[in-house]
Amino acid sequence: MNATSTTSSASDSISIAEIDASCRVPLFTLFVSAAAWLVMASVFGLLASLKFHSPSFLSDCACLTYGRVHPVAVNALLYGFAVQAGLGVSLWIIARLGETRVVQPWLIAAGSKLWNLGLTVGVIGILAGDSTGFENLEIPRYGVVFLFLGYLVIAFPTLVTFHNRKERALGPSQWFLLAALFWFPWIYFTANYLLLSHTPVRGVTQPIVAWWYSGNLNLVWLGLVGLAVIFYFIQQLMNRPLYSRQLALLTFWTIILFASWSGIPQSAPVPAWIPSISTVATILTIVTVLSVMMNVCKTCGRGCSQTENPTPGKFIAFGSMAFAIAWLMNVLSAVPGVSSVTNLTWFGVAQWQLNVFGFFGMAMFGAIYHIVPQVTGMEWPCAKSVRRHYWLAALGIILIALPLAIGGLVQGFRWANVNVSNVDVAKSALMFLGVSTLGEVLILVGNLMLLGNLIGLSVRYYKIHFVPVYKDATAELKPAEVKP
Amino acid sequence: MKFGPLVFLAAFLGLSASWYGLVLTPQVQLGRATQETNSVVKTELYPVGRPGLAREGLEVYRANGCAYCHSQQVEQKGTLIDVVLTEVGTNSMNVANALNEAHVGDGKFNGPSVGAGLPKPVLKGATIENASVLANVLKKAGATAELHLVPTGSDIERGWGMRRSVAQDFISDATVMPGSLRVGPDLANVGARLPDLNWQLVHLFNPAAVTKGSPMPPYRFLFERRKIGKQPSPDALKLMGEFAPAAGYEIVPKPEAKALAAYLISLRSDVPLYEAPLTPPPAPAAATNAPAK
Repeated sequence: MNATSTTSSASDSISIAEIDASCRVPLFTLFVSAAAWLVMASVFGLLASLKFHSPSFLSDCACLTYGRVHPVAVNALLYGFAVQAGLGVSLWIIARLGETRVVQPWLIAAGSKLWNLGLTVGVIGILAGDSTGFENLEIPRYGVVFLFLGYLVIAFPTLVTFHNRKERALGPSQWFLLAALFWFPWIYFTANYLLLSHTPVRGVTQPIVAWWYSGNLNLVWLGLVGLAVIFYFIQQLMNRPLYSRQLALLTFWTIILFASWSGIPQSAPVPAWIPSISTVATILTIVTVLSVMMNVCKTCGRGCSQTENPTPGKFIAFGSMAFAIAWLMNVLSAVPGVSSVTNLTWFGVAQWQLNVFGFFGMAMFGAIYHIVPQVTGMEWPCAKSVRRHYWLAALGIILIALPLAIGGLVQGFRWANVNVSNVDVAKSALMFLGVSTLGEVLILVGNLMLLGNLIGLSVRYYKIHFVPVYKDATAELKPAEVKP
Repeated sequence: MKFGPLVFLAAFLGLSASWYGLVLTPQVQLGRATQETNSVVKTELYPVGRPGLAREGLEVYRANGCAYCHSQQVEQKGTLIDVVLTEVGTNSMNVANALNEAHVGDGKFNGPSVGAGLPKPVLKGATIENASVLANVLKKAGATAELHLVPTGSDIERGWGMRRSVAQDFISDATVMPGSLRVGPDLANVGARLPDLNWQLVHLFNPAAVTKGSPMPPYRFLFERRKIGKQPSPDALKLMGEFAPAAGYEIVPKPEAKALAAYLISLRSDVPLYEAPLTPPPAPAAATNAPAK
């Protein structure tokens, strides 16, 4: 108790500016690398998408075949962008809500470097043909080691920062972020250990573990972090507390109890109880969607439409809507009658894109555009491009998710119709893929704007804060100052 | 939940539950699976494991991400029963009358012709209840009938397999890639469907050469185009017409291509099992080079 009282008396001296300043180094490292990987992901995603227009496009080089380019795009988006941006935003929210400085900011930045090293090695490995063959876990063993260590180096100081908080009582955002902080290393270690160690699990236990991991990463981890960000920013933007803590608690429990069981398709060649239990759990996540929607709508209330929403808020609003649609699509595609059509089609890809980019990505963009000016005390070099990025990203993800979802349904019905030949079914998706390529282009342009803005800001920051210091330090001494 | 340790406990509980259900329990149930006996030919064990070259081919399949466009999981909607008359016995009139009373099929049965062309199915696609009723009627009339199990579903009608894929099909593979998207056809039984090695190699080199309009990319980097030496290589691809290489040149598969083709040919899971029963056709269908439709 004594310790608490002494720290709380010291808390008065920590201003918001000081907290933000302590975030600067790790946040910049995490956000700039996240944005760079995001651009990488969309470049490779575009390459993969172009291959459907002309099958022989870049097909003579082994490392640029669809089967290697596509996993690179997925891994760059998940591990390069989503996890790093998520950790950065988490760190800032934890420091702000805890009213405390970030512990060991340089260590966190170093952890990010380690993470990026692992990912770079892993991506090169995938391009060279070393992919593990498990979806969302393609990074080979030699990359995974760095990624895992990098995560620990980032997460440990974040946890200590959390522990040092001045305000002891926790809000919903903090439950979500804390759970996510623990969740990732558990699932990542378990899945990689069971699949890539010297004595991996055998037979269909491998895909079961991989599906379990994918469900936990794409729904639980991204869900927890993304919703924490949405809840936090809605309270900030509306300047009022969340409508209901109890509802947020319901969201929390349904995510960790139901979403963590989802992800195993009904067609899986495994004992029937596994997909059955997974289906029931997935359908139960509808409670998550309803509780989030109710909380978000009630918190915003009627005031929402009356005030001009700043651009970061637009990103957050889009993210919440995409969350509801993506998770409803996930519930829908688990319903037995529907899943026999949508299973193994582009519908699943549409759902994944909408969840990762439409929901999580948009929430992160909103957060980054809000946070970075605060921690640097500087405006974005190109304020217009923030708004443009919003429109490009929103339009881009709609142009990807909508055609692919429809294309998936068409494809599902046609696979089920035995009279349509294999080639005709494969070709029926091409038109929808064509539209989604346009979406990929828009997203790439938007992502370049984010990266450009971040780099521009870094350069300006460097010019203002370091160049004068450097000049001072290296300026020739005037004769008068030299004492004989 | 006001305190950190509580959140930690909640997360621990949630994650442990899903880990227990979807990681530990499947491992306990399936992790030590061994070969099982063929449910029809009791002396055969399944699966027999792939030959060495096919195992190397699995690595090529993994490295090039074939699983992003091709699944290896056959779905099955249900199982229907065919009643097949095998012997008429001594009183063919009785059998014909029994069949007519059972109202199966469109035509009428009569004594002399009912025994022609045996074994023949007298009832197709029936439920187990109806099929057993008919089998009993036939038994009373002195005939012998067999019940044949016929798995159904669009995947099976497409010729992608004879039954659904089950865990047993995968126990001998180093990396199991059931896939998540069907851009192209399912490959769980591609070896049973298209067992011709040259077809597989030509298809890998240029899919459009054997499947008109195929949107699959060519995998030319798995092959070598070289000048024909003193005598042509025995491995050279047999390419026809517009797809043939220029005169004096030949297309020779690299070891990776040979391994991948061997793996594809080794892909077949059509053995009847206790958990995926089926009645195998009397004589295996003749292997054809025809591409899947």
